[in-house]
Amino acid sequence: MTPMSPMSPMSEDLLCVLEPKSAKGKGAKVALPKGLDQAKVQRMYRLMVQTRQLDDRAMKLQRQGRIGFYVPSIGQEACAVGSAFALSDKDWCYPSYREPGAALAVGVSIQAMIHQLYGNAEDVTKGRQMPVHYAFRKQRYVSVSSPIGTQIVQAVGTSMAQRIRKEKAISITYFGDGATSSNDFHTGMNFAAVYKAPTIFLCSNNQWAISCPLGQQTASDSIAIKAKAYGMPGVRVDGNDVLAVWQATNEARARALAGEGPTLIEALTFRIGPHSSSDDPSRYRPNEQLETWQKKDPIERLKKFMKQAGMWSEAFEKEVVESAIDEVNAAVKHAETVPLPASSTLFTDVYATMPPHLAEQQERLLALEKAQGGAEIDKNAAFPL
Amino acid sequence: MTTMTLLQAVNSGLKDIMQDDDRVVVFGEDVGINGGVFRATEGLTKQYGEERCFDTPLAESGIIGVAVGMALYGMRPVPEIQFADFIFPAFDQIVSEAAKMRYRSGGEFTCPMVIRTPYGGGIRGGHYHSQSPEAYFCHTPGLKVVVPSTPYDAKGLLISSIRDEDPVLFLEPKRIYRSTKQDVPEGVYEVPLGKARIARAGKDVTIVTFGAMVSICEKAAEDAAAKGMDVEIVDLRTLLPLDEEAILTSVAKTGRLVVVQEAPRFCSFGGEISAIVAEKAIEYLQAPILRVAGFDTPFPYSLEHVYMPDAKRVLAAVERAVHF
Repeated sequence: MTPMSPMSPMSEDLLCVLEPKSAKGKGAKVALPKGLDQAKVQRMYRLMVQTRQLDDRAMKLQRQGRIGFYVPSIGQEACAVGSAFALSDKDWCYPSYREPGAALAVGVSIQAMIHQLYGNAEDVTKGRQMPVHYAFRKQRYVSVSSPIGTQIVQAVGTSMAQRIRKEKAISITYFGDGATSSNDFHTGMNFAAVYKAPTIFLCSNNQWAISCPLGQQTASDSIAIKAKAYGMPGVRVDGNDVLAVWQATNEARARALAGEGPTLIEALTFRIGPHSSSDDPSRYRPNEQLETWQKKDPIERLKKFMKQAGMWSEAFEKEVVESAIDEVNAAVKHAETVPLPASSTLFTDVYATMPPHLAEQQERLLALEKAQGGAEIDKNAAFPL
Repeated sequence: MTTMTLLQAVNSGLKDIMQDDDRVVVFGEDVGINGGVFRATEGLTKQYGEERCFDTPLAESGIIGVAVGMALYGMRPVPEIQFADFIFPAFDQIVSEAAKMRYRSGGEFTCPMVIRTPYGGGIRGGHYHSQSPEAYFCHTPGLKVVVPSTPYDAKGLLISSIRDEDPVLFLEPKRIYRSTKQDVPEGVYEVPLGKARIARAGKDVTIVTFGAMVSICEKAAEDAAAKGMDVEIVDLRTLLPLDEEAILTSVAKTGRLVVVQEAPRFCSFGGEISAIVAEKAIEYLQAPILRVAGFDTPFPYSLEHVYMPDAKRVLAAVERAVHF
């Protein structure tokens, strides 16, 4: 069925800092949002470059058959980095699978993420999930789920607890435009507004849910407008403008901490790459749309801004890019020396204490492995989604 | 000691554990000022305030999803689902989120919470207020499933469940909420999870059952005794993880097994009990394993009394086993 009303996502209400409408005249000076300085802008630039390098390398590793699967976030780095950069070290993060930049921004190491891609014995999640389904307790970066939207309502639960405990902290949850169709989006928005929970709903509207365009998900004029019906503010930002995303998140965070409740932020962006390493967007997506958005690359736009503001040099660029590549390379090299987790780990962490039936199954498996050797990996198994 | 119904024991357990542990929060539909439609949460809001016991919007998936986020943060949420029949919108949050959080995160995150919900038939509630959904949840690694059958166990098992480090589905047999009374201690005490109870000792036939069916089986055992058959009843109390040892010990003694449940028979929890005994104790069996269960139909309204296993059906199975 053809969507009722294809949305025009490029409306005029987008919050934009890098090229504000007021600064369109020649030689106009662009001011940094209050709370940012040169070091912070440079840090965000570095985080976006690291994210891009990680994505780029990981897609190649998948193509070479060295990891099983990957979900790139190319083109969307500003959404994850700009928002997560506004968090404190007490805030909680409920990501979807397309926010590696948020993990880096809250202090997760590239090595830890690459171990997870390999599902090896040093992966903190012990090879329990497909690549990109990260979980990092220390950074309060909650375990990624594949079913769409489930994390949204959980983030609200954490926010309600933060309120009950009177902690000066918030939760942010990430999701795409597709997730706004889910039951958990509705429920999460409703619960958060009813309880004035300190939650930030960050929708990275990349305009595609695998092969389905935005108009297939909603007939609303925007994602942000949905906030009104729930009784919370909805803000639209240019999702390829890292400073605008930071500013909107920072303001939403201040509101949440002041007891004023949740905010929905719609960060308008575009999925430059495929949905995942198994997807081929040329089957369904017009090339002109891709080309239009490639010109709005969030890293290039920040670079241009930094050049104008005197925050960028060739030497800075070289150091940022090369150190990111070196770090990714070293992490891959190390990850490939680490074996898979031992078979015995199959049975741990199901419960805090292993119950008798699992102990029995573990014992039998290990005895069988000892007698006959371990099970063989099916090298033909490949993931289709 | 105070004489309490099972419902009063649940209420007492919640009151005492909330006093004992300030991480415990209770929420759900109508659990606040109204004290729950069965009154299991009566007085909690008054005693502990609206931040510890509160009403939620009418959305089961939201109730459980929010509980997951609270548990991850470090609270001990005890959400109520008003009837077990309403739990299915929350199925995803229970089986794919709460139950899997510890495993999928390699132990980075855990989700200790107790979902309380009244289950089972015998209250003239029809399809949407009578079902026994335990099999769906017992098929879920990472979840624990607990079903008390007495007031003493209800309080002790509830407190153990709330203190447990893993998510627990706590199925309350609403048919017997008010039907029996028992002495229940004041203050917190635990009945361990994963341990069955011998509700009645006997030597001829083992009945394995749980929840509201325990009293039905006790009645059947009286009738069987009058006919010279000595029935042992194993009340499981925890379905997952299962106390296999208690079942196998009893079957080794009696050589006969009847499994009794309210839920439909096909692919049910009773089937798992049967398989375990067939695998591990076949040498003791003197008769086929028999199951007395709900029929493989939706739960009916007018013919509820025909659908539900009663003492007559249980007795018939006992006689078949003994006279095989």
